[in-house]
Amino acid sequence: MEIDISRLVKLARIELKPEEELRLAPQLGEVLGYVDKLKELNVDDVEPTAHASPLSNVLRKDELADSLCRDDVLRNAPESSNGLFVVPKIVE
Amino acid sequence: MTMVHSLTINQLIEKLRGGQLTSRQIMEACLNRIDSVDDKLNAFISYDVEDALAQADFADKARSEGQEGALLGVPVAIKDVIAVKNHPLNCASKILGNYESPYDATVIKKLREAGAIIFGRVNMDEFAMGSSTENSAFGPSRNPWDIDYTPGGSSGGSAVAVSADECIASLGSDTGGSIRQPAALCGCVGLKPTYGRVSRYGLVAFASSLDQIGSFTKDVKDAAIMLQVIAGADEKDSTSVPEPVPDYTVALSGELKGMRIGLPREYQVDGLDTEVKAATESAVAKLEELGAEVKEISLPHTEYAIATYYIIATAEASANLARFEGVRYGARIDGEDPEEMNCRTRGAGFGDEVKRRIILGTYVLSSGYYDAYYLRAQKVRTLIRQDFLQAFEHVDLIATPTTPTPAFKIGEKAKDPLEMYLSDIFTISCNLAGLCGVSLPCGFSEKGLPIGLQLLGRPFGESDLLRAANIYQEATDWHTKRPDLD
Amino acid sequence: MEYELVIGLETHVQLNTCTKMWCGCANEYGSDSNTNVCPVCLGLPGVLPVLNEAALRKTALTGFLLNCSVPGYAKWDRKNYFYPDNPKNYQLTQLDFPSTVDGYVNFESLGGIVKVRINRAHLEEDVGKSFHFADYSGIDFNRAGVPLLEIVTEPDINSAEMAYDYLNALKNILEYGAVSDCDMEKGQVRCDVNISVRPKSQSKLGEKVEIKNMNSFSGIRRAITYEFKRQVEVLEKGGTLVQETRRWDDDAGVTDSMRTKEDAHDYRYFPDPDLMPYRPSDEWLSAIREGVVELPLDRKMRMMSQHKIPQESADVFVREPLLGDYFEQAVKGVKNSRSVANWVINNLQAKLVESGTTIDGLTFSPAAIGELVELVESGKISGKIAQEVFNEMFKSGVSPLGIIESKGLSQVSDTVQLKAFCEEVIVANPASVDDFRDGKEAALNFLKGQVMKISRGKANPKMVDDLLREMLVD
Ligand SMILES: [Mg+2]
Ligand SMILES: [Zn+2]
Repeated sequence: MEIDISRLVKLARIELKPEEELRLAPQLGEVLGYVDKLKELNVDDVEPTAHASPLSNVLRKDELADSLCRDDVLRNAPESSNGLFVVPKIVE
Repeated sequence: MTMVHSLTINQLIEKLRGGQLTSRQIMEACLNRIDSVDDKLNAFISYDVEDALAQADFADKARSEGQEGALLGVPVAIKDVIAVKNHPLNCASKILGNYESPYDATVIKKLREAGAIIFGRVNMDEFAMGSSTENSAFGPSRNPWDIDYTPGGSSGGSAVAVSADECIASLGSDTGGSIRQPAALCGCVGLKPTYGRVSRYGLVAFASSLDQIGSFTKDVKDAAIMLQVIAGADEKDSTSVPEPVPDYTVALSGELKGMRIGLPREYQVDGLDTEVKAATESAVAKLEELGAEVKEISLPHTEYAIATYYIIATAEASANLARFEGVRYGARIDGEDPEEMNCRTRGAGFGDEVKRRIILGTYVLSSGYYDAYYLRAQKVRTLIRQDFLQAFEHVDLIATPTTPTPAFKIGEKAKDPLEMYLSDIFTISCNLAGLCGVSLPCGFSEKGLPIGLQLLGRPFGESDLLRAANIYQEATDWHTKRPDLD
Repeated sequence: MEYELVIGLETHVQLNTCTKMWCGCANEYGSDSNTNVCPVCLGLPGVLPVLNEAALRKTALTGFLLNCSVPGYAKWDRKNYFYPDNPKNYQLTQLDFPSTVDGYVNFESLGGIVKVRINRAHLEEDVGKSFHFADYSGIDFNRAGVPLLEIVTEPDINSAEMAYDYLNALKNILEYGAVSDCDMEKGQVRCDVNISVRPKSQSKLGEKVEIKNMNSFSGIRRAITYEFKRQVEVLEKGGTLVQETRRWDDDAGVTDSMRTKEDAHDYRYFPDPDLMPYRPSDEWLSAIREGVVELPLDRKMRMMSQHKIPQESADVFVREPLLGDYFEQAVKGVKNSRSVANWVINNLQAKLVESGTTIDGLTFSPAAIGELVELVESGKISGKIAQEVFNEMFKSGVSPLGIIESKGLSQVSDTVQLKAFCEEVIVANPASVDDFRDGKEAALNFLKGQVMKISRGKANPKMVDDLLREMLVD
């Protein structure tokens, strides 16, 4: 089973070295070949399961809770300046 | 003579209450044990001696002032995927860099309230993806029964730390068997509670609809104590279920008479190791002898469980792990623009298995493939869940081997991801169906490697599960065996 | 060839809840950067969202205001895309089971009342805000996780003017429902415009062009006008249009291409496993229904027919709902409702502006305005005195009657006294008297003015007029 790995890594934002791509692509193909097994089943009339428990209507009240202090917010930032998280310049 | 660090929670609390031991003594014993064995085992990624001892002294002081707590003064090690305030949180990955969590997971809050000493970050497969703890940026952990073997995974470090008496109990997480499988391979008790029983707030998500936090302990009584502390609905987790928490330690006593145990016909798979088969069959015979009624059941969609799991889990993971991109925290490799920075950071920060799963998850959700893979898997998940709910109309518990084989050698399956995935055959369905499950020691292979018996229970049926397991343990002594590490 | 425009709008509106969508951080504009953030809205490892009840309630209320239905089942989905302002790199939104669907908005446009169908109004979360510097960008996550309502129309809009009118009408409705402050300056309303052009004879839609992230209504109007012209030009030159996303450059007054269909995003939507679905109960819905207010257009029509006030006055009251409410209280039991409307719009509003107070701060009741109008109507005081009474009312809060009594301002209608005033004026102004007798009508006005002056404004002007004419003829 062949997959367009370059499109996927672009979507997933993972830079792969050429040798990584060579290693991962066949492994992924093998796994995809295996999961194709599900196509044996007729699931036309089956409802999908998105959650393992049947809860609904889980809400919280619109009440203020403590935010973090800014030092804690920025303390793990790779780079910050003037209270902002710094990233390479965004060009649209 | 039993060493201090080999005590169970139950025994330890009794000694602390009676004044025969202090928390400081037990904490020091565990730290000494780590000192002497962890170079070999690599269960711990990091631990803070000063902080651990300070917590121990605090517990001793509290006790001297008349305070009590289910875990007051008990050292508990934490899988590196659960957030502890001001402790490092790496998920055994390079990508988090020097990250320290500014908040406590709900289970950590609960452990603190019960008086536990929260100590150490234990090793795992990166982001809980794997079954061997080989996928760790901090090197593989090793099986204490034979260090050439893996301890299983992904919560390998949690299992090793308990089995090797480096701590009294530990927390792990189980998405497709990540608690039960390493518990089986290391010879301790691993409990995966029902989905929704324990809050996931503060557990770094791998697959949100499958993940659940649970415990590693030296026996079933301790598993009940740990569950009692960590169970319950949490207003910070919308998927936690407001089901009343019974008294699990009370539920331990009772008898097996009248309990119906099912053996799934479909679990007689090729590749089931003969020693594992024999050990689990004799464990089932023992349960029968103790009063249980054993019957065959059918779980017809078993053969689709692994495929279903690897679609759902990787899809959810592809979104869950998108937040690790170098903007707000973690290691960063710079680039010309945010996209390049993200790609480089993730390319260098994630290991092979994580990359494989993110790419697979991206694929099954991508335009044109969603219905064929993801939606179909969700529907098969419904069928798998129905299999179990129907089976539980006829039986109270299901008994299976936890793993098809005892521990495998380090490196043995590393090159073949699919073969590694297939070894999760007995544990994965439980997560898809949202059940509870436990693995407990039930024998050893000829090579001296532990074998685990898995019991699965109805959603929120932990009481039945723990009672059966405890009655089995009271009649056997597999759980008292310890690896020789000296 | 004649061309026509087909336009659909996706409007994002921030809901005015007290806290954010998934966490208890303040939903507040203008705080120091990264101070209204917590582990949840910062997307730290391990956090989980919990839905704010008020956001859901305001969504359902908006649905009702837009004549939508609220389905019995709604769920949340992840929309996956990387952007530095997007903390989880997926946005929680509602893809196939939104909270409200199938409504419409009626509004005034192009000289009549038009209708635009609403496909859906669904709930999602806002992202952080980027700031751009010379060689880097900076992100503030205060806005991340603020509840955002996305209101999607059917492609029922066919001109720039109609789009503009729709947006103003929508803003007005949301303000009426108090679900959003709709402050454009604070970026609380943002709009994506889907636009295509086709020959009038053609039934198939033209290629869809999307103009992203517009934040001013007049900008949207200009952008549509520009795009129409651009697309028609391409077609007339025999060119073809492509499906693409464009950006509006407000300074240059042009749009330019951001990306075409080929590099369109693949959002890989799937149901969010962390949030459970919502099944609204009948009780919950009926409680929300009670909060449904009269819509601006309905209010205008009703005011015009019920109070017989001109359209211009009704427009003011719809634009200024508090002033309108005030008017409706003041007008109770008063015959001359037009006069009440004039007092509220001209005098009261001017005085409020002049003194910098608001309606809430007034010390007299709306009924006092009605009383004042009735006093003028019954001839108890003149219009001029009424002004004086009103100023005093505004200052002291005393009722008009109270002011008139304490200051002796009530109109003099006693013939004997009025005759005395007239005689005094006739004697003192012989020249004007002669002028009037020579047929100069204006001279009478002067004499009347003199009577008003010596009566200190209290003389009944109608009676003075009659008396003077009577006395001068003799
Ligand atoms: Mg949207
Ligand atoms: Zn927050």
